[in-house]
Amino acid sequence: MILSRRSLIASAGAVSLAPSALAAAGMYDVPFKANARILHITDTHAQANPVQFREPSVNLGIGKAMGRPPHLVGEAFLKYFDIPANGAKAHAFTFMDFERAAHRYGPMGGFAHLKTLIDQLRAQAGTGKTLLLDGGDLTQGSGVANLTGGKDMIALANILGTDALTGHWEFTYGEDGLHALIAAFKGQFIAQNVFLTDDAAFAGKPAFDTASLHVFAPFTIRECGGFQVGIVGQAFPYVPIAHPSRFVPDWTFGIHPDTMQKTVDDLRNNHKVDAVILLSHNGMDTDLALAAQVRGIDIILGGHTHDAVPVPQIVKNAGGRTIVTNAGSAGKFVAVLDLSLAKGALKGLNYTLLPVYSHEIKPDAAMAAEIAKWRAPHKAMLEEPLAEVETLLYRRGNFTGTMDQMICNALRQELDAEIVLSPGFRWGNTVMPGDKITMEDVLSETAITYGDVYVQNMTGAAIKAAMEDVCDNLFNPDPYYQQGGDMVRVGGMNYACTPGQTIGNRISEMTLSNGQSIDAAKTYKVAGWASVAQPQNTQPVWDVVANYLRSAKTVRIDKPNVTKLIGVGQNPGYAA
Amino acid sequence: MSNTEMTAEAEIGFVLSRRMGLTGAVAATLAAFFAPGFKAAHADGAMVMADAAAYPSAAFAQKTQDAAVKAMFNMTATASDQITLDAPDIAENGAVVPVSVSTALPGVTAIAILALGNPNTIAAAYQLPAGTKSAVSSRIKLAKTTDVVALVQAGGKLYSVSKNVKVTLGGCGG
Repeated sequence: MILSRRSLIASAGAVSLAPSALAAAGMYDVPFKANARILHITDTHAQANPVQFREPSVNLGIGKAMGRPPHLVGEAFLKYFDIPANGAKAHAFTFMDFERAAHRYGPMGGFAHLKTLIDQLRAQAGTGKTLLLDGGDLTQGSGVANLTGGKDMIALANILGTDALTGHWEFTYGEDGLHALIAAFKGQFIAQNVFLTDDAAFAGKPAFDTASLHVFAPFTIRECGGFQVGIVGQAFPYVPIAHPSRFVPDWTFGIHPDTMQKTVDDLRNNHKVDAVILLSHNGMDTDLALAAQVRGIDIILGGHTHDAVPVPQIVKNAGGRTIVTNAGSAGKFVAVLDLSLAKGALKGLNYTLLPVYSHEIKPDAAMAAEIAKWRAPHKAMLEEPLAEVETLLYRRGNFTGTMDQMICNALRQELDAEIVLSPGFRWGNTVMPGDKITMEDVLSETAITYGDVYVQNMTGAAIKAAMEDVCDNLFNPDPYYQQGGDMVRVGGMNYACTPGQTIGNRISEMTLSNGQSIDAAKTYKVAGWASVAQPQNTQPVWDVVANYLRSAKTVRIDKPNVTKLIGVGQNPGYAA
Repeated sequence: MSNTEMTAEAEIGFVLSRRMGLTGAVAATLAAFFAPGFKAAHADGAMVMADAAAYPSAAFAQKTQDAAVKAMFNMTATASDQITLDAPDIAENGAVVPVSVSTALPGVTAIAILALGNPNTIAAAYQLPAGTKSAVSSRIKLAKTTDVVALVQAGGKLYSVSKNVKVTLGGCGG
């Protein structure tokens, strides 16, 4: 196994060129010296066109995860991965100096640009030597995707030539909606951890395998460079918990390390594959734990937690070692894995996580036309300018972001609430100062299939319980008990958080914005959106936010709400 | 009721797999059905089914693990890695949490499932006639995040394994 942290850094470092010479110097030439090339994208969240996306300045690792990838931000990130400051690469991977760098390097990703880049990477490897794998969250995150039930993105994936896909938000289109997407998809949808429930099995509901009750094919085997590569799918394990369970009434999820082991053993012992790859939507911490538990997986291609990790992590286990990656989000990155294979064994890996600078890549014309075709019926609605943006609006971060602060302000005002709770999703683009925020931008923060707003009375104790519950999903020391989102955003109140504590003891010092303590017994009027309870049958949140922006005319978040952190100390996952 | 009838019930019960399990209601009935034997079984160390009057209502009313185990089995359990307890890490619905217990230990006479955070600790208990496959599957209701404990009585000794099952409000999944 020719693989060390240093060699991986060296290969990843191949792209750190001066920005003026990016394209000219061939930053996207990744010499192919192996047997098989696997290309991995994940969590593109339906961003068909290039976007700005600010990486987090707070991504805390607690306990064993402290200071360990992916829980590094800013300077600590650059230092750990040996990336020079102030360059194109530092911009792609960190939040640092975001506004200046975003102007300099331009928006990132976009499927027409991805198409050109991926075709070039395929050509470099030669015919029959590449596979393109998508880790899921392909079909949700834009207004067009929400209006088409994700069909637009399946059309784009088909042009891109995606071989296999697993899922997360795909499931929020419902069982029929997902079946329709899979029917349109030319690749294979795989998930080893989605089963029919007992009741659904008894009622004879459809399944890929009526004995094992796998709803979908657990794996696919593809020939690549003359070798047999087994690809196992792992869907997001907590779909009916993190989202309304009504979308998937017949299906049950979970991590299922036991069936994972059986699937891997089956691929190795019965199908005699040369490599086993897990296409995972677990999230990176869960993948690291799973890699230690299951034997025989060569590489886990990770997603869900949106961590752009330039160097894979190597985890030892009873079967040897498993390499764990995570490939960021929003179409910003393409992971290139060049595999040196022998019969039944992976001998070496060269891993490169390529940032997709849209200014450096000529968009593919056919893909651009397809994107425009799907967008056309909604163009006027999407392009409506709603307000002038005066300060940077971004979402990503463990506790808060200026975009979510704007959304909280909007709900608080429009729904006349004292407190607002807004979900801590990890998707959602960044809007630059000086630009106008459009309806398309608002939809890129909010477009889900259960986006109705709610207003309800909650006691201080109930608000605390809800916050404790979400906080445990983020900071439970066992990643199998995490769900991968960020902390619920709050408006109209402030609080302190002790991530190293246990559930029930992390949230404290809850006060209203006016400084008044929140009383556990007192009732407050709380607004929010994305309830996992029954349908609200109210306005969708994007209409409420759009109304607010139209009347506000400008957006300015001068003093971002900062959660007071207790017991975190000098954590490399925190930058002030 | 005769032993023959009980055996017939057991066979119906243990045809079940994880997928083709009984509904929670039927499983609960089955548990109650088997429960009468417990006291008698441990009292004379044999697979003897007592009548309904011996139903261990006191055991099912206990509020702590120690008290429940003592009332049901009158012995203490030792941790074992020979028991497979299959329960979710995070419950998809706290009202119906699928739990399966199986073991390769020889001479299994009883299996019980405890939910330590529930108002009453014992969620289900089964007596296994000789020759029965040592695997049960049920669905239990969990009041809150709690350790779920599987107890296996085999060869006159009691073994246990435990797993934390999280019950969450949900939402905010990234």
